[in-house]
Amino acid sequence: MRLLEYESKTLLREMGMEVPLGRLAHSPEEAAAAAKELGTAVVLKPQVPIGGRGKAGGLAFVDRETEVIPAAERLFATPLRGYEVKLLLVEQQIQARQEFYLGITYDPAARGPVLLASAAGGVEIEAMTERVLRRPLSLVRPWPTFRSREVAAGLGLTGPALLRMTTAIDRLVETFLKFDALLAEINPLMLTDDGRLVAVDAHIELDPDAAFRHQDVVARFGLAGRGERTLSEFERRAAEIDQADHRGVAGRMVQFDGDLGLLIGGGGASLTVFDAVLDAGLRPANYCEIGGNPSVWKVKELTKLILSQPQVKRIAVIMNVVSNTRVDLVARGVIKGILELGRDPATTIAAFRIPGSWEEEGFALLQRYGVPFYTRETSMDQVVAMIAQDKR
Amino acid sequence: MAILADERTRIIVQGITGREAATFTAESLAYGARIVAGVTPGKGGQEVHGVPVYDTVAAALADHPAEATVISVPAPLLKDAALEAIENGLQLVVIVTERIPRRDIAEVLELARERGSRVIGPNSLGVISPGKTRVGMCGGSADAVRRAYTPGPVGVMSRSGGMTTEIASLLTHAGLGQSTCVSVGGDPIVGSTFLELLPLYEADPETRAVVIFGEPGSTMEEALAAHLAAYGSRLPIIAFIAGRFADRMPGVRFGHAAAIVEGGRGSPAAKIAALRQAGVRVADHLRDLPSLVQEAIG
Repeated sequence: MRLLEYESKTLLREMGMEVPLGRLAHSPEEAAAAAKELGTAVVLKPQVPIGGRGKAGGLAFVDRETEVIPAAERLFATPLRGYEVKLLLVEQQIQARQEFYLGITYDPAARGPVLLASAAGGVEIEAMTERVLRRPLSLVRPWPTFRSREVAAGLGLTGPALLRMTTAIDRLVETFLKFDALLAEINPLMLTDDGRLVAVDAHIELDPDAAFRHQDVVARFGLAGRGERTLSEFERRAAEIDQADHRGVAGRMVQFDGDLGLLIGGGGASLTVFDAVLDAGLRPANYCEIGGNPSVWKVKELTKLILSQPQVKRIAVIMNVVSNTRVDLVARGVIKGILELGRDPATTIAAFRIPGSWEEEGFALLQRYGVPFYTRETSMDQVVAMIAQDKR
Repeated sequence: MAILADERTRIIVQGITGREAATFTAESLAYGARIVAGVTPGKGGQEVHGVPVYDTVAAALADHPAEATVISVPAPLLKDAALEAIENGLQLVVIVTERIPRRDIAEVLELARERGSRVIGPNSLGVISPGKTRVGMCGGSADAVRRAYTPGPVGVMSRSGGMTTEIASLLTHAGLGQSTCVSVGGDPIVGSTFLELLPLYEADPETRAVVIFGEPGSTMEEALAAHLAAYGSRLPIIAFIAGRFADRMPGVRFGHAAAIVEGGRGSPAAKIAALRQAGVRVADHLRDLPSLVQEAIG
């Protein structure tokens, strides 16, 4: 769950980090009022969930009151990488003596969080050529302040600036841990001429799997569902079917425009089957990951949904050797869905290949309707290859 | 021989009174696994399929010494259950639970490293040494397990739980049995990677080849490839990497939580290239796995 800049800064400010004085603006007029309140030299920053806004021409530095409205109008009218701009953060400009980068994220290879710090802030961490300090963070023992001091010294700081940086690093560590962040980044962290350290831009991502511990933050910023892909009508209806019945899972339904419908699962098997479908030159109508033990109703409704798209001629039902899924229930659901559409299972099912529990009952039913089915001896990709050869 | 667990391994099940855990406990017992006790706080004194239930791991182990645990508890409770297992000295910790907060699993794995416990998972179906034991729920019912898995010389490591059984079944059908099959888990951070398990297979005289099933995301396959390129292995390694299509469709998330391709890192094409470079036999088609294994072990 990616927080917007102003949301990230709100959390950091509440944790004791200095951020520039700022106001939110939903319109050019609000931006002008905010600028008036903050003083002349301001920066207008669109609140969209992407990095590198500066490079994308998404920031406006304004030094005269009369320039605020035209600059804000331009920003509101210019989508950034597909995101419509609905909200601006108007902030006082900060004059930097030096810019730093501070970030904490999980290092998959180390399997724990790592603190990254650099004395060359302002550019994206991936592009940094300067030395980047890396310090692993223990989750078993608390982070000691001397570690922050070592990092501050490593950044070349001395005197009061070293002490302020030490505190800033401590605060970032506390923020990262307190909110179960996957990423907490301040870039740039600016050292001003009067010796203050100000978080001029910030980016925090929270762990969706830890959201249950942070319902207050989720509610406060309206995070539920944020960052999820916008679903097509087809995908939305698939999600409705999935939610209407708790038995089994129809996950990650993605719509494509081909003529072969797919009821496939589970996770690794769906990836395997989809590769085979494209390799064979077949054109998929959808991707999905069926799992658990879906009810006859759920399978029937999914079958009807997939076949309801006018370009879809046939449906392939393929899973790995299943342990929890009942083969006969899936077979019944698919056949029932096809019959309810007034079509013939024998010609509509391109192939059925789900070996596992209750397979004898399932296979008997498929046989009765003349549906081509395969046992575990035929691998999933072989089944796909046979569908491609079948010129019905 | 086998790796990680064999017929002598004594197992406890944490969260044993849950529906799924109770089912796999009964089926594992029927398969011959030595499940000696279960733990569900507040349900001490009960029994699940004849297995005594305790409130704490310490109490369970006091009556029934064990080496391994299977943890199947809701995600919010996972950290405490896993820390309890590790602090009580269990050497093999299989975590079935998925969608665990990243901070919690990272803390569990850090403590496990300090205490020398080996963690499999999270989001794993567990470990199975065919004909000997099963720690977890790979393959479903005891009958289904006997049908899909047979003892033999091939090790299997898979990032997909379902594909662990599918691959074992393909090998079994081709007359190739398995030494130990490990569902390493589908999450971005797991306790044991391909590279960390490989030395166990190398030290097992029965294992003569290892099959791995990889997916988009993470750099588990790349790390294995880098090691093999530098040091090689006494064992032939045969791989299948699913999700090649993900390279052509950036931005759409497919597969497990870890199967998210970001900026080329962890892309299936990169994994296949790195593994081939390191001398791994990478199957173009799943159906080719058994013949590649046959070829490798002669």
